[in-house]
Amino acid sequence: MLQIRNLHVSIDGQKILRGIDLDVQPGTVHAVMGPNGSGKSTLASVLAGRDGYEIEQGSVTYNGQDLLDMDPEIRAREGVFLAFQYPVEVPGVTTMYFMREAVNAVRKHRGEEELSAGEFLKLAREKIGPLGMEADMLKRAINEGFSGGEKKRSEIFQMAMLEPRLAVLDETDSGLDIDALKIVADGVNSLRSAERSFVVITHYQRLLNYIVPDYVHVLSEGRIELSGDKDLALELESRGYGWINDDVVPQAVAGV
Amino acid sequence: MSSAVEQIEGLTAQEYKYGFVTDIDQETLPPGLTEDTVRFISAKKEEPEWLLDWRLKAFRHWQGMTEPTWPNVSYPKIDYQSISYYAAPKSADDKPKSLDEVDPELLATYEKLGIPLEERAVLAGVAVDAVFDSVSVATTFREKLADAGVIFMSISEAVREHPELVRKYLGSVVPPSDNFFAALNSAVFSDGSFVFIPKGVTCPMELSTYFRINAMNTGQFERTLIVAEDDSYVSYLEGCTAPMRDQNQLHAAVVELVALENARIKYSTVQNWYPGDKDGNGGIYNFVTKRGACRGKRSKISWTQVETGSAITWKYPSCILIGDGSVGEFYSVAVTNNHQQADTGTKMIHIGKDTTSTIVSKGISAGVSNNSYRGLVKIMPKAEGARNFSQCDSMLMGDRCGAHTFPYLEVRNKTAQVEHEATTSKIGEDQIFYLNQRGIETEDAVSMIVNGFCKEVFRELPMEFAVEAQKLLGVSLEGSVG
Ligand SMILES: Nc1ncnc2c1ncn2[C@@H]1O[C@H](COP(=O)(O)OP(=O)(O)OP(=O)(O)O)[C@@H](O)[C@H]1O
Ligand SMILES: [Mg+2]
Repeated sequence: MLQIRNLHVSIDGQKILRGIDLDVQPGTVHAVMGPNGSGKSTLASVLAGRDGYEIEQGSVTYNGQDLLDMDPEIRAREGVFLAFQYPVEVPGVTTMYFMREAVNAVRKHRGEEELSAGEFLKLAREKIGPLGMEADMLKRAINEGFSGGEKKRSEIFQMAMLEPRLAVLDETDSGLDIDALKIVADGVNSLRSAERSFVVITHYQRLLNYIVPDYVHVLSEGRIELSGDKDLALELESRGYGWINDDVVPQAVAGV
Repeated sequence: MSSAVEQIEGLTAQEYKYGFVTDIDQETLPPGLTEDTVRFISAKKEEPEWLLDWRLKAFRHWQGMTEPTWPNVSYPKIDYQSISYYAAPKSADDKPKSLDEVDPELLATYEKLGIPLEERAVLAGVAVDAVFDSVSVATTFREKLADAGVIFMSISEAVREHPELVRKYLGSVVPPSDNFFAALNSAVFSDGSFVFIPKGVTCPMELSTYFRINAMNTGQFERTLIVAEDDSYVSYLEGCTAPMRDQNQLHAAVVELVALENARIKYSTVQNWYPGDKDGNGGIYNFVTKRGACRGKRSKISWTQVETGSAITWKYPSCILIGDGSVGEFYSVAVTNNHQQADTGTKMIHIGKDTTSTIVSKGISAGVSNNSYRGLVKIMPKAEGARNFSQCDSMLMGDRCGAHTFPYLEVRNKTAQVEHEATTSKIGEDQIFYLNQRGIETEDAVSMIVNGFCKEVFRELPMEFAVEAQKLLGVSLEGSVG
């Protein structure tokens, strides 16, 4: 579903990604770990189409299409979802209104009928309950005054509403207490399916106890230095990242 | 990196869609302003002697006045002798008695403007007084209103039919000598609306006036007077558009509101005069004096304005809170784009005890425009327990526009409580991207963010108007926001 080939990206002339290769098959979960500043969020942003990144080399193919050629809203409508590391606040715009516009934009793109206010509300209630949030949250402005944990849960709620095919979660576990972590993981697990893939960026092995990945990759200095299965996360947990660049580990073909 | 800004600018480039000119037979006075002009207008309207004298006095006063220079706007000197002070559709000589008799071209104009003059008006429950250049062409729903005892007619008619009321209140809130433009208006005002809500009556529908400047080189000087007697209520809507012309046109209106005991007046404006082209050519100079007097106890006057048009806007809808416990409100959204300039705000003058006022101002600047909030809160010595809350937020789109806040505060009573909050923010590329990432395109994202920013003001508008205002905002900012 997603093929990243030799992707080189810079920001303001500074190289951030230095040749990423990654294959994501339908129905798989890929965890991406790596030290601060190694380029994880950059990769997520480039996939989502944020402005300001220079693609120097390489390609990204999504369901046979050139992903990098699509506007961000088209990528979203085609099923690419990014749960932001730092979700932004939009004062005065209710989450309800925002999500209804978003869901309908996606539905329209797929040639489906737009949801009426009633249908939308019903769907929203269904999706929000299991995330341990009150439907009242929908009436609040997007992320405004949300606690850190509420923001992250709201991202998962939005994901559930939009039913993406490729979801990139950027440190959705950061700042969550244990209970919230389980709730978020359950939210993700309930969306796992044969067609839907996840790229889960995290610093903590703990999350991967709940969302069990098919592959684990280590991003370091803009490159995927190492790939393996879920046990790699355990090893990282005990040894840190220091050994990766020192040891000469043959680079596994990322997650085929 | 700056694609948001570019998009903003692209959006701004959107065309003014009300810029058509209606081809109808006009009777226009040649440019120039002398006592004879004033006499001509007065005679044309068959006005009584007292009104002619009132106009002449204003005119003489105006001759000794100078144009204000304190607003934070700049424009070439206006030559008041090059403006025509009267233009009327010819057919106005034998004024239409019903809509059927109104020039179809004119009706088509209103239709283009989306004005609910006929059936749509019925559906929307709106009564419309339409002012085309200088005269009022059609007033709908007069009968239904008359049944309720409400008087709603053009001010020229009111002068004929209810001279005692007009004479009593005209100029009582904005005296002819108040300021340069008010004096000019008092001398040459051509038409406008008159509303009178008798004691105890809740006006059964929203009243509405649409102003349209059609003729070239004419100034529009309308005069609106609304009087709400004890325990009455009225909601009044005002909308404005003008054709695109290369030359600047002057609009100097005066609006006076009088609220007696327990009366409530809600006055909403959606101002969409032609703003000029993207290089700053043409557009309306909108120099308007709007003021309401809360004369009765617990009376309330609420101004809501959405200002998206005009090359230059200079207006400060104000409240004089005389009655004890009276309430003044000002909710404003002012959008400037390209070369537009706005200096707008309000004055809240607290005279009575326990008077309260609320000011919520949202300024949005894009392009190379300049947007200033200017507000005065004045608490007089006898205004025990007066309270004011002001909130002024500015949003900038791009980095070539300006936002300024000039709050003035004069407190002469120690028991008064005054609060002022102000913020300035930039529309965030990260906000736009966030919405993009959920499938919402940039134009919609911008309009969503901007509408969210203006929410506290929009919710004060009557429903139909709120929808229109949101659309207008999108149009005004098109090409301005990424
Ligand atoms: N807009 C930007 N301008 C300049 N440098 C940037 C910008 N965005 C990211 N960078 C730099 O790119 C590098 C990678 O950042 P990125 O956010 O992708 O790291 P990360 O792996 O997500 O880190 P963390 O684990 O701390 O979230 C960092 O050195 C960062 O400073
Ligand atoms: Mg990051």
